[in-house]
Amino acid sequence: MTSLFEEVPTTATPDDIPTTRVELKINGETRAAQIEPRLLLAHLIRNGFKLTGTHTGCDTTNCGACTVLYDGKPVKSCTVFAVQANGHEVTTVEGLATASELHPIQEGFKDEHGLQCGFCTPGMMLSAKALLDENPNPTEDDVRWALSGNLCRCTGYQNIVKAVLWAADKMRESAPADEEEGA
Amino acid sequence: MYPSRFNYEAPTSIEDAIALLSASNGSAKVLAGGQSLIPMMKLRFATPATLVDINNIAGLGDHGPESDGSYRIGALVRHADLEKSATLPEHQPLVASAAHLVADPIVRTRGTFVGSVCHADPQGDWASVMVALGGSIVAQGPGGMRTVQVKDFVSGPFQTVLAHNEIAVHAVIPPAQGTRAGGYLKLERRVGDFATAGVALALDMSGSTVRNAGIGLTGVGSQTIDASEAAAALVGSGLEPEAVETAARLAAEAASPRSDHRGSADYKRHIIATFVKRLAAKAQQEEMQVA
Repeated sequence: MTSLFEEVPTTATPDDIPTTRVELKINGETRAAQIEPRLLLAHLIRNGFKLTGTHTGCDTTNCGACTVLYDGKPVKSCTVFAVQANGHEVTTVEGLATASELHPIQEGFKDEHGLQCGFCTPGMMLSAKALLDENPNPTEDDVRWALSGNLCRCTGYQNIVKAVLWAADKMRESAPADEEEGA
Repeated sequence: MYPSRFNYEAPTSIEDAIALLSASNGSAKVLAGGQSLIPMMKLRFATPATLVDINNIAGLGDHGPESDGSYRIGALVRHADLEKSATLPEHQPLVASAAHLVADPIVRTRGTFVGSVCHADPQGDWASVMVALGGSIVAQGPGGMRTVQVKDFVSGPFQTVLAHNEIAVHAVIPPAQGTRAGGYLKLERRVGDFATAGVALALDMSGSTVRNAGIGLTGVGSQTIDASEAAAALVGSGLEPEAVETAARLAAEAASPRSDHRGSADYKRHIIATFVKRLAAKAQQEEMQVA
């Protein structure tokens, strides 16, 4: 169990601070933590569970670097309290790859040079995953629209969009053929 | 950035939520989507002692037409639910055209329609849409329910007439007098920025004649503006150029924008007039396609 107090400078001793227990499924694994209600989901993920693939950029609900999937939908984890994830499922960028291979979205970012500094990349990938889960055959416009809540200061977005379209192609190719024909 | 400490409550019934609000004596806030409240708490503009999370209350997540022709939107309907609804455009074209312009796609999965109206930000899109449609908020408190028109519900910037122990449980859009038309246009520098200016135009059409009209203006005053004189200029018309010109001029006059980094006051008034004309032209075009 993870206790999280170090993030919050306080004059009170930890024993005085009321905490609550949360249990959530993160990347398929059930984890619990004893937390203060004001702890943000981004900080539970990074500091509590040590999953530092989720980045905190602006901390003001603008940049989307902290995007994770909450019950399959993209949310800015700096704008959700960790206590709200109690009983829910969270997917971070660490949940995309398996031990043996990258997720097609990650392969796409690699093949199409979809990143430079990489800071926005985890958030971009999770927004892309939410899009492709819902719409396996997106247009370029669909991709740009879906990523419009994620800011990148390096790439000019061109290669990020290409990477997501690359991943969409790859995922459709590897999908069972009968599904594509609707049989 | 951290908010100040608060007690977190997650009741599973409206009654329990109201009891918690009553017990707090005004020091509690309701948490729905949290996409405005949590940023304000992180900046410590809001420092509630208790947060009453209503996300675990069943029955607040639906939207749809009622038997009397009105349209109901529950307190936990997210912007994305409206954006992705297949049936919304035929019932409420104005709501459907605004849904994908609210904030950004990630915020839309979490933020709620009713919460946005309750936040009463002068830059909020939904309050303009509701003012144009003559919509209301239904609030539930210890004494029962009451219905308040959105134009009376918002009492100032970030202020509403909700009592400390009332919860906005849903929004109601009144039935159309004929065929509902209209739309929403917003100018923003980039996705997720506050509106430079926005216009919501609601029209109820009988054939090619406007039977009822409403215009709400976003981001051009200290609160959402009900441009009722401008809307009145359209009633009875067939959206002819003269009527539309008059409505556009009156809407621009109703706006009271400030010059800032998003543009001068004159520029914003110009946008308002242009948007009224564009929305009217689009409505007329669609009317001709139907006829």
